[in-house]
Amino acid sequence: MARDTPLLVSALALAINAQHELAARKRQSAGGDKVHPGKVNPILEVEGLTLSFGGIKALSDVGFEVAPGSITTVIGPNGAGKTSLFNTISGFYKPSTGRIRFEGEDITATRPPARAKLGLARSFQNIALFRGMTVLDNIKLGRHTHLRTNVLDALFYFGRARREEMELRQEVEERIIDFLEIDHIRHMPVSVLSYGLQKRVEMARALAMRPKILMLDEPVAGMNREETEDMARFILDVRDEWGVTVLMVEHDMGMVMDLSDHVVVLNFGKLIADGTPAEVQANPEVIKAYLGSGDVSELRERLHQTVAVGG
Amino acid sequence: MRIGTARSSYRHDEALFDSRTQYAWLAILGVALLGFPFVADEYWLYLACLVAINIASATGLNILTGYTGLVSLGQAAFMGIGAYTVAAFEQKFGTPVLLNLLAGGFVAMLGGLVVGLPSLRVKGLYLAISTIAASVVLHFVFANWHSVTGGHSGITVAPAEILGISFDTSFRLYWLFVPITIMMVIGAANLFRTRIGRAFIAIRDRDISAEVLGIPLLRYKLLSFGLSSFYAGVAGGMWAYFFRVVTPESFPLLMSIFFLAAIIVGGMGTILGAILGAIFMTMVPEALKLIVGWLPLSTDATLILSPVRTIVFGALIVGFLVFEPLGLQEIWRRIRRFFHLWPFRA
Ligand SMILES: Nc1ncnc2c1ncn2[C@@H]1O[C@H](COP(=O)(O)OP(=O)(O)OP(=O)(O)O)[C@@H](O)[C@H]1O
Ligand SMILES: [Mg+2]
Repeated sequence: MARDTPLLVSALALAINAQHELAARKRQSAGGDKVHPGKVNPILEVEGLTLSFGGIKALSDVGFEVAPGSITTVIGPNGAGKTSLFNTISGFYKPSTGRIRFEGEDITATRPPARAKLGLARSFQNIALFRGMTVLDNIKLGRHTHLRTNVLDALFYFGRARREEMELRQEVEERIIDFLEIDHIRHMPVSVLSYGLQKRVEMARALAMRPKILMLDEPVAGMNREETEDMARFILDVRDEWGVTVLMVEHDMGMVMDLSDHVVVLNFGKLIADGTPAEVQANPEVIKAYLGSGDVSELRERLHQTVAVGG
Repeated sequence: MRIGTARSSYRHDEALFDSRTQYAWLAILGVALLGFPFVADEYWLYLACLVAINIASATGLNILTGYTGLVSLGQAAFMGIGAYTVAAFEQKFGTPVLLNLLAGGFVAMLGGLVVGLPSLRVKGLYLAISTIAASVVLHFVFANWHSVTGGHSGITVAPAEILGISFDTSFRLYWLFVPITIMMVIGAANLFRTRIGRAFIAIRDRDISAEVLGIPLLRYKLLSFGLSSFYAGVAGGMWAYFFRVVTPESFPLLMSIFFLAAIIVGGMGTILGAILGAIFMTMVPEALKLIVGWLPLSTDATLILSPVRTIVFGALIVGFLVFEPLGLQEIWRRIRRFFHLWPFRA
């Protein structure tokens, strides 16, 4: 087994990349400036999370930490429980056991709107934009919890309502719409936009929430190469310029390895690895999960196949 | 032909009406509304008052059903609450008209909040049925709470009186109702320029993800119920001053269906839709009366009028849902678009 480890590592990288069509790009920095989890107080802590749907255990005893300012990625095969994990963190599902702490505060029993107010924002795997609204209104909606306008202000559109709307409009235009390069579509209804643009609008809406942590469920799924690269750039900029911590689920291994400081791997609802991209890449458990078997000769065969297909 | 509308500032872009042409049309509409009472006869003034009342109530239902996606068949019953409140205030306390109307709105709002309580759990058809149940309960209260409602015989209402002027004709009531309705419509339009209205639409379109964006569902659903029934209450109050007698039979379930039909026909979830729908639906029975009057019938025309009306209401709802789900306002927009581009494109 030990003898084959280097092979397994390259097998993992190749197989996963071929599977996700995007060639692995060189990591810009060799990890020197990456944030190591555990050294500073984590912004988000998940501990012993268990969630069942009838007989299916979507999550069992999952625990990990997200360092502030990091890009943390959750990976795992289809059905591993990644979306369920996100849904539990944002409060859709109640875990049967376990705790979720945000900035040290236990939020396990907090309702989703209150979590949003604390600074938890997310996008959805199957886009959840409001189809009856324009791009601009969708984005403005993100700011909801930070606005004070009450019904009377709203009915008369006077004083506070007018002032808040003007400020909001200006900030959305200057900080978010320009940043995500969606100026040209701001007045369009979201239903006419391409998939890639809808994902971008969803991210814009999440940013309007003034998040401390931005959770993205498969931000580049279904995107072409150019759109994927744009999105990767936005994610990096959000972290670097806005100082927002990013927690994402992603299948695109090239992107995961490029962007992440920290990777968490789920398989059948269990956490099987947790570390830097390099550590995770080298973890035999992970390779096994992704390739379905630990049989080395079969692995070799698969490796040859992917190389043939890839070349 | 109109070419492009350059937008100079966000303020301009966020305005309710944003082009010169729109302001010009608005001015024309204003002049027409001001001049109308002086050229119209009693019958048309009567219709205009009725239209104003119906627009106010339909706009309220539109907030709840068109914008928040909560189907209600209780709008008439909430109007009933408003009408009885106004009648009782007028009779027992003789308080000022505008105060009575506000009180009608607020009492109806309380009713709406109670009826809205199950809306977090109960959805769609079941919610609609629970609003029917509420209507039945309210009817029972109207018919049996003698000391306040006067039982089956109802309450007669004295003419509204403001600053010594008695509003006892359609001509005079027009000057009371039309401004109130305009204010209510503008209020509703304003609502949807702010976070409150956006939250309603978010709940309609995807209520679970609205929650993740920080919108507490129950609070906003109740708010929508409250606003909608406030509108119904004020409309019911105007109704009381208009017909001057309020009985338990004044606000039947068919009337709730009438309002639902109005927003479907007009176009749900648009301000213009409720207005056009209310006008259209108020005119339909009148048009039918005319048509039936012209037909060479052997039987008494009034006998067939009622069933024909019900059939036509039903046909309109189904017809619009199938052929023009966006309603009259969409037809109106298409016509406008045509003229904007005319003569370059047909
Ligand atoms: N609402 C639900 N009811 C019942 N079972 C569910 C529900 N949501 C998820 N599951 C099950 O839980 C498991 C984990 O699903 P989840 O969607 O979290 O996987 P995932 O890792 O996000 O997969 P993918 O990569 O395909 O998005 C699956 O077996 C799924 O069928
Ligand atoms: Mg998923």
